[in-house]
Amino acid sequence: MNKLLVSPAPHWYGKETTQGIMRDVIIALVPAVLVSLYLAGVSALLVLMVSVAGCVLVEHLIVRYMMKKKTTVHDLSAVVTGLILALNLPVSSPWWMVLIGCVVAIGVAKMTFGGLGHNLFNPALVARVFLLISFPVQMTNWAVANGIFTPENPLIPGFLLGLQGQLPDALTGATPLGIVKEGLANGVSIKALAAQHNFSYSGMFFGHMSGSLGEASALALLLGFIYLLVRKVIRPIVPLSIVITVALFSGLLHLADPIQYADPLFHLLSGGLLLGAIFMATDYVTSPMSPLGMIIFGVGIGIITMLIRVWGAYPEGVSFAILFMNALVPLINKIKPFPYQKEVKRG
Amino acid sequence: MSKTFSIGGIHPNDSKFSKDQAIEDLPIPKRVFLPMNQHLGMPSVPVVKKGDRVKVGQKVADPAGFVSAPVHASVSGTVTEVALYPDFQGKRVTTIVIETEGDEWLESIDRTQQVKQEITIVPEETFRKITEMGIVGLGGAAFPTHVKLTPIEGMAPEYLILNGSECEPFLTSDYRLMIEHGQEILIGAELMRRVLGTNVNGIIGIEENKPLAIQAMKKITANYLQWKVVPLKKRYPQGGEKQLIDALLQRKVASFALPISTGAIVQNVGTAFAVYEAVQKGKPLISNVLTVTGSDLSVQENYRFRVGTPIQDILEAAGALDKDGKLLSHFVKVVNGGPMMGKAVVNLQAPVVKSSSGLLLLTEKETKRREPGECIRCAKCFQACPMRLQPYLLYQLALAGRTEELDEHRVFDCIECGCCLYTCPARIPLLDQIRLAKNALLKNKRKK
Amino acid sequence: MTSTLLYTVLILSLLGGVLAVVLYFIAQNFKVQEDPRIDQVLEVLPGANCGGCGFAGCRVFVETFINNPNRTDLFCPVGGNQAMQLAAKVLGREAREQVPKVAVVRCNGSCEVRPKINEYDGSPSCAVVADLYAGERACSYGCLGLGDCVQACMFDALVIDPVTCLPVVDEEKCTSCGACVTACPKNLMELRPKGPKNRRIYVACSNKDRGALARKACPVGCIGCGLCVKACPFDAITLTDNLAYIDPDKCRLCRKCVAVCPTQCILEINFPPKKQDTAHE
Repeated sequence: MNKLLVSPAPHWYGKETTQGIMRDVIIALVPAVLVSLYLAGVSALLVLMVSVAGCVLVEHLIVRYMMKKKTTVHDLSAVVTGLILALNLPVSSPWWMVLIGCVVAIGVAKMTFGGLGHNLFNPALVARVFLLISFPVQMTNWAVANGIFTPENPLIPGFLLGLQGQLPDALTGATPLGIVKEGLANGVSIKALAAQHNFSYSGMFFGHMSGSLGEASALALLLGFIYLLVRKVIRPIVPLSIVITVALFSGLLHLADPIQYADPLFHLLSGGLLLGAIFMATDYVTSPMSPLGMIIFGVGIGIITMLIRVWGAYPEGVSFAILFMNALVPLINKIKPFPYQKEVKRG
Repeated sequence: MSKTFSIGGIHPNDSKFSKDQAIEDLPIPKRVFLPMNQHLGMPSVPVVKKGDRVKVGQKVADPAGFVSAPVHASVSGTVTEVALYPDFQGKRVTTIVIETEGDEWLESIDRTQQVKQEITIVPEETFRKITEMGIVGLGGAAFPTHVKLTPIEGMAPEYLILNGSECEPFLTSDYRLMIEHGQEILIGAELMRRVLGTNVNGIIGIEENKPLAIQAMKKITANYLQWKVVPLKKRYPQGGEKQLIDALLQRKVASFALPISTGAIVQNVGTAFAVYEAVQKGKPLISNVLTVTGSDLSVQENYRFRVGTPIQDILEAAGALDKDGKLLSHFVKVVNGGPMMGKAVVNLQAPVVKSSSGLLLLTEKETKRREPGECIRCAKCFQACPMRLQPYLLYQLALAGRTEELDEHRVFDCIECGCCLYTCPARIPLLDQIRLAKNALLKNKRKK
Repeated sequence: MTSTLLYTVLILSLLGGVLAVVLYFIAQNFKVQEDPRIDQVLEVLPGANCGGCGFAGCRVFVETFINNPNRTDLFCPVGGNQAMQLAAKVLGREAREQVPKVAVVRCNGSCEVRPKINEYDGSPSCAVVADLYAGERACSYGCLGLGDCVQACMFDALVIDPVTCLPVVDEEKCTSCGACVTACPKNLMELRPKGPKNRRIYVACSNKDRGALARKACPVGCIGCGLCVKACPFDAITLTDNLAYIDPDKCRLCRKCVAVCPTQCILEINFPPKKQDTAHE
């Protein structure tokens, strides 16, 4: 006779799995990946592939041979980390830099804390910031998207060599944020800069902005955002509060002095703001759990981002802002939710 | 727009496969087992002994206090034993065993099918009958009904809510009852309403996935000025007392407070039917309706059973057993109740009791738990919790045995609805530990 | 250039000086006065922080121990008599001896004699099972085998035997802290005196059912027949709720009860193989 199965209630379960959630995030990243492939071709593909493969491999090796447990790569979280890391890198990243990024992301930022669910900081972001500080030249070599192969070595993708120094000047360009920062430092007004460098909002929206792989097109990121919302993977609270904070902050500055400060739309569309707000600030593990906490988290990211962009030394501050707020998450999570109903009496 | 409760909740597939099966009478079992703990509160005290002959409806056990209920014989025959028997969970309970002989009823019971509509009885008499006939809440908790109808000083009832939401997936017994016996349910409800007071309003809450029941009850309530039917959005756990009050009246029951503190009393439709039978027909609570169901479409029944019928007999009648009397091999779990809050059956020889509402047969694929993964802090449990608790946190505190903090985070508010475990993508046994910690804390509190 | 250097040195020195003064005053005002003997006593105790003494930690225990010289119940089970003697010596007192104890499992129903009758699929915790239902195996009083006691043991003294599915106590490691006693939801663990030469006799069953029922549930359980009670020459065995209990204070380890038990649920530990003439110790 087959023995009866016994367990406490409930006796059936929802269909959602950790793996399924990660799969949804990967699907949401597809538009951004496609845009980067369209713009940068094989170079982008190689960065993406090395990054994903590197992250999965590092996780597998660490779990299997250092922690001596069953491998956990099938939960797909390493793939997500790899994708997000790749989208945060310039097209011209050399392969060794991507691999170092993978080791830092998975090895340092994730597995040392105990693996999935235990890390304090977003692994991809830790890697990005690590690389940005360690290899500032490579990390800010913004190739304007079109060179699949380098002119000197037509058969070898520039990726294998590391594009730095080999691209003709026409093919590299600074990001809009970088241009603005530098221009303002030299006393050029925003309007003049915009006219001089010919950046248009539609270009930034549809994907002609120079920057890292994933920053190119706001539209692609928004498509992913809508997918995540429809599948109920994330709640819109964090991205919205970031965007609203940035818009308000930059709007006030712009109103006060339109010559010195760029308008809100520029800040929203430029740099990694949308990529960060949609895919990195919403990372379950490193973001708060209650709606109120999410608002605090989002507003904090927005403010810090703007502080760095406007008054900091770096042109872009989203990564730093998210990492900083990540550190505060355990504290934010201490905020108790409103009780169901206040107690009348205790009995 | 239909109403629903304001916090949390989940939307499981309602899986009401047996909704078109009319209620059938189960054959009278050869032997019934009447446990003494069929209600919440003190176990009843047997008043019969081995060898006594009893008729259907005869009292065989007395209540052991106010929060308790009598038990009546559900078949006629001889008492063969009064002893400890394992219940469906294998726990030993004092049980009266009656060997069936014929089907001889007490003369005082009106066995005709005719609906006795006019209410001739005074409320005090209704209350006495409810107490004597062993009526308990048939929504699941089996709380003695007369206790709920007893006025509490300073808390005047304003609303009597009839719970027809049947939010548990799979179960259809309340639904069938409303379609087939709507009139009787409303008479029973009206009787209870008069006990509470003439100025009390009656509301019947029914989820939208039961359009026929809404239609039927609306038609009947047209003749009752004090009653109205309110359709509710489909959402689990709408049938929880606190959630139903929130959905219908937008009032929230505080921690440790009784629902009556919001002016509302919730009764199940099945209870209302039992009250009708007890008061108008003189029939004690000796039968009830249950659903035998599962995702296997060949086993779908709604039965009227005699209290104390062995589970084995019911499964056999429903065709869930093979030739040798064993459970069909693709079923691995039998649940007494619904999939969210029901309890797994260990012992098929054990009986169904007054408040049994369904026997759910589950396959391994549906019910076997996956190995729990790591918490990814997705907060889905928090979003799903209808009491706005933080299940992930309570789970951690429970594992660490940090009782004071559990109390601080209102573990006592937990209604054990199972939403957290249902929704957890890593399948962490959140509720297992929370329930355990809560029960242990309650025990400690009672000691003090 | 020089002025920058000068200012830097000046400011930092000033800052350092001010902070040093502040620190000094804080240290003076918030100094915690503590009995120096606490640390001395702590030194000689094992410091496991297990709670076996009934206090929240070693420090609390030592404080109570120092302040209540007349209490007889204060004892560190982990350190045993040796540590308590040392502790008493530090305080210049007489140590109170206690019989060394060890945990025993009062269930004998291995998986062989008590096969599973259903399959548990919830949290792997005895407490959850006990809260939910009667358990996977026939006897509802017996060991649930999920190892809450093993989890509770801080000294690695308990392990679930894969053959019998029952917990086994490692006498060497067991400190009789009692953590397993509180952890077991079926109340199967008991702290019993280790006995002379580590020899002891106990009833390895907790079934309170009547004979027939108990027998049906488990062939090696106590059926409450009372044979051992009659056989005991020292009145050490009592029968309550169909369950025999051997009072360790009265038991003289004659092993007569072991011989008469029809279900062999009275266990003798660390006795040499039985010979005809060694019945009396």
